[in-house]
Amino acid sequence: MAPLSRAWAWLRRNALPIYAGLAVAYMLIPIVVIAIFSFGATPKGKLTFGLEHGFTTEYWRTAFSLPDLNEALFTSLRLATISTLISTAIGTLMAIALVRHRFHGRHLTNLLIVIPMATPEVVIGAALLSMFIYASFALGFTTLLIAHVMFSISFVVVVVRSRLIGFDRHLEEAAADLYAAPLTAFRTVTLPLLSPGIVAAALLAFSLSIDDFVISNFNSGTTVTFPLYVYGVSLRGVPVQVNVLATMLFGLIAIAVALVLWQQRRAERMASVRPEQEATPPVPAGVAAAT
Amino acid sequence: MSLRQRLVPYWLLAPGLLWLVVFFVVPMYFMGELALRSGSLTSGYTFDWAWSNFPDSLSGHTEQIVRSFFYAGTATLLALLIAYPLAYAIAFRAGRYKALLLFAVIAPFFTTYLIRTIAWKTILSDSSPVVSVLQTLSLVPPDGRVLATSGAVIAGLTYNFLPFMVLPLYANLERLDLSLVEAAKDLYSSSRQAFLKVTLPLTMPGIVAGVLLTFIPAFGDYVNAQILGGTGQAMVGNVIQSLYLNQRNYPEAAALSFLMMALILAIVTVYIRFAGTGAFMGDEEESA
Repeated sequence: MAPLSRAWAWLRRNALPIYAGLAVAYMLIPIVVIAIFSFGATPKGKLTFGLEHGFTTEYWRTAFSLPDLNEALFTSLRLATISTLISTAIGTLMAIALVRHRFHGRHLTNLLIVIPMATPEVVIGAALLSMFIYASFALGFTTLLIAHVMFSISFVVVVVRSRLIGFDRHLEEAAADLYAAPLTAFRTVTLPLLSPGIVAAALLAFSLSIDDFVISNFNSGTTVTFPLYVYGVSLRGVPVQVNVLATMLFGLIAIAVALVLWQQRRAERMASVRPEQEATPPVPAGVAAAT
Repeated sequence: MSLRQRLVPYWLLAPGLLWLVVFFVVPMYFMGELALRSGSLTSGYTFDWAWSNFPDSLSGHTEQIVRSFFYAGTATLLALLIAYPLAYAIAFRAGRYKALLLFAVIAPFFTTYLIRTIAWKTILSDSSPVVSVLQTLSLVPPDGRVLATSGAVIAGLTYNFLPFMVLPLYANLERLDLSLVEAAKDLYSSSRQAFLKVTLPLTMPGIVAGVLLTFIPAFGDYVNAQILGGTGQAMVGNVIQSLYLNQRNYPEAAALSFLMMALILAIVTVYIRFAGTGAFMGDEEESA
């Protein structure tokens, strides 16, 4: 066979993996670019977003040297932490009610959880702003917190719910058989088994909050979060430290997600309903929730 | 069951439902109220059943509305063409790299959306190697730009919402019973026929879910048009944002976003009637 036709045959055989590889590369390009640019030198006093002036670790050493950026990042971290705690608690309770109880208004509850996820962010932001304008409510950290908890709840419910569904109820029944009171059984059996799902949900809520720009832009008043800071400076040129911090955040969240997924697989192997069944790869909880 | 036991689910649901009603449903009411006011920023807006705001908000921005449908539609189609083979490869051909590939698909979520879009702005900027390659291939005229064109905005939308297409497709393909495809081949269908007559129809729920989850946020998006587009690429989202935050023309802004919400609610309601809330909740158990 001529080399050309052999190459063609090889291409045809491997077309799918090659295509998939290119698609994954497309998804990862900006992340790699951000990480590379975090090492990009810039001429003094001028803000750019590129690598044309050479390689430097200067901005990693001075990552926290811009007071405005630090403040914005701190605000974002505080906001994400508080909104994650609230939305995870509220959402977990809802998920338990949905999976474990039969009640009237179930369909309506499901709708109320699904529709916010399907609503464009610009509409959510605009609607909340309309209400705050009507009530003459001052925009700031509180309104941001209200908004962030609101858009996180649905995702928390979905993640915790998916964990609850594939869950061996026999363990709880065993606890009950051994005379554990319902609350004791919940605290000592259900909650520990549920914790990987809750942690995954909290992680998702946290990254949704840290990431949010559109809804925050409507309801922030003069409060500046990390994305709002980036938006504010993006017209003039983004300081390289933003790339450094974005890369750091990426690393931290990626490690946390990897740990949670690993822990989840382990927990699934230990507590799965049918142990002989191969645990499915880790999309379900953690992040498929984004769907 | 005692009354106390029957009340348990309601107690569990109460805080969440209260939050969603007060901060999601009620704001929609106030947005509708704002949309029916008239007046000006200086004299204040008063409520007087100004229904004309609705047709006015549409007729004043036809261009951006049509553009939003076109951009979001094209981006959704491109995302489907990229995502289907990718999801298929992850589901059936990835072997031990499956988890790693899924991790790569969700990795963009770990970096701020805005910063990723700004990164694309740099990648597509006039002096970047990507643009010179496109110019060499004559895909872009020698003095042409990529940034500030429709192509750049559509590419940005496709990129940003791609994971929303891949994940439901993957979830659907993963459950596909491959023995059905084998049966088709045993009955002498070609690979192409087996795909068109068996695989594709069986993965239609995933396709529909992915299309919705990509189209809706892409339709409402304004960040991509703002950062990657120029003055001629504004979408409905840009109009709403600018009317609310810059011009403070609240009634018109509220009318436009109210209509957008109504459109999306209509799409989602039709979808849920046929498919249940399952696709959004991440499983098939819940149906309407």
